[in-house]
Amino acid sequence: MVAMRGTLKGRDVISINDFSREEIDHILKVSDGIEKDLDSKFGLLSGKILSILFFEPSTRTRMSFESAMYELGGRCIDMGPTELTSVKKGETFSDTIKVISKYADVMVLRHPSDGAARYASEISDVPIINGGDGTGQHPTQTLLDLYTIKKESKLDGANIGILGDLKYGRTVHSLVYALSMYGIDMTFISPPDLSLPEEIKEDLDDKKISYEECDKIEEVIEDLDVLYVTRIQRERFPDILEYEKVSGSYKITKDILEGGVKEDLIILHPLPRTGEIDPDVDDTKYARYFLQTKYGVVVRMAILGLILGGFE
Amino acid sequence: MKREKLRVEPIKDGTVIDHIMSGQALNVLKVLKIKSPSEETVSMAMNVSSREMGKKDIVKVEDRRLEKGELNKIALIATNATINIVEEYDVVEKYRVSVPKFINGIIRCKNQNCITNMDEHVVTRFKVESKDPLSLRCVYCGSRTSSVEFL
Repeated sequence: MVAMRGTLKGRDVISINDFSREEIDHILKVSDGIEKDLDSKFGLLSGKILSILFFEPSTRTRMSFESAMYELGGRCIDMGPTELTSVKKGETFSDTIKVISKYADVMVLRHPSDGAARYASEISDVPIINGGDGTGQHPTQTLLDLYTIKKESKLDGANIGILGDLKYGRTVHSLVYALSMYGIDMTFISPPDLSLPEEIKEDLDDKKISYEECDKIEEVIEDLDVLYVTRIQRERFPDILEYEKVSGSYKITKDILEGGVKEDLIILHPLPRTGEIDPDVDDTKYARYFLQTKYGVVVRMAILGLILGGFE
Repeated sequence: MKREKLRVEPIKDGTVIDHIMSGQALNVLKVLKIKSPSEETVSMAMNVSSREMGKKDIVKVEDRRLEKGELNKIALIATNATINIVEEYDVVEKYRVSVPKFINGIIRCKNQNCITNMDEHVVTRFKVESKDPLSLRCVYCGSRTSSVEFL
């Protein structure tokens, strides 16, 4: 789908890098307007259809898009598990996209291959929203992360620590590029084998964005305004003992927080978590990860509404 | 005429690619998608003495005027190559290749998980971010590369 730059109507949402800071700020502003007056937005996308194509598992992204579409009065059609579709019969990805783009006004796609969403956008008749492709990008997660940081902390001048699997985590990659637009200090905390890819660090260097790297959360947590935790992915470790050793040392507990953090620190997580944040932390004043999922619906309402012309 | 110059005879009509970095002639043919058996008559000289370059390769393609966009892809592997378009034994156009803004369909993305490396017949596409040193970015997955691997 090809649309005019400068307006979000008809635009694909493939990579956070396709958007200027002004455009991102506009999406966050529209999200804020929706949150303040949610009830008045019903019916704005009446008659519009969102098709959902997920070639990989998902809970939050899939259901929050559905929720967002229903909140605006639109409807959803879901391809369902690929085992029950023509993909199982050997239909190519491109044919699937061409066919389903005839059924809907906008499409959200998740796929295991990097660049699948960009490719889909070239062959689809309707705008494509990237719901996560491979280890590449997850731009709508990033927009809701930015919204949460803006609402619950600050975007300009914040000191943000990103912890976990920074090598393969697509939410991290998208977020780092977005934060680089806001001149934010970033600290990357990960086991050495799961550090941020060199390519992304080179991109930050090219933009003259400063960042720090370390492998122990205790060394940096007292200086952070925002701690963004991600899952250490078990499947990346050939040896389960190695995984358990590493994952245990990246667990955020009440003890760590009581060791000294800023009063207004907030903790985020794209979820699902698999033990990297102790449930005891949920009730502390720092936890914002469940609120983050709620904001996900509002931000996705803004994205759908802007793409389909429900908002300007 | 010196013996050296007779290694490859002048052509009547066609395209002569000169000043190719020594050892790159076969890759030039690959870039131009000239494969055996080909319809064109192609002559090639490798490791020819050159005053400017020490050693160089030359490729001559007869009866085919290669397009500029096609030829500029050669710049990826032979920065200083010069193109001579020949008609009736005369050079009617001469220019140096320059790296284009985008490279379509001849390079493989080094990211094994890129959609272009799946069984989907996606034509690869790279944006040239820097010509010297060479830096290319895959339009699909965003991977950056400085080394070229031909399909």
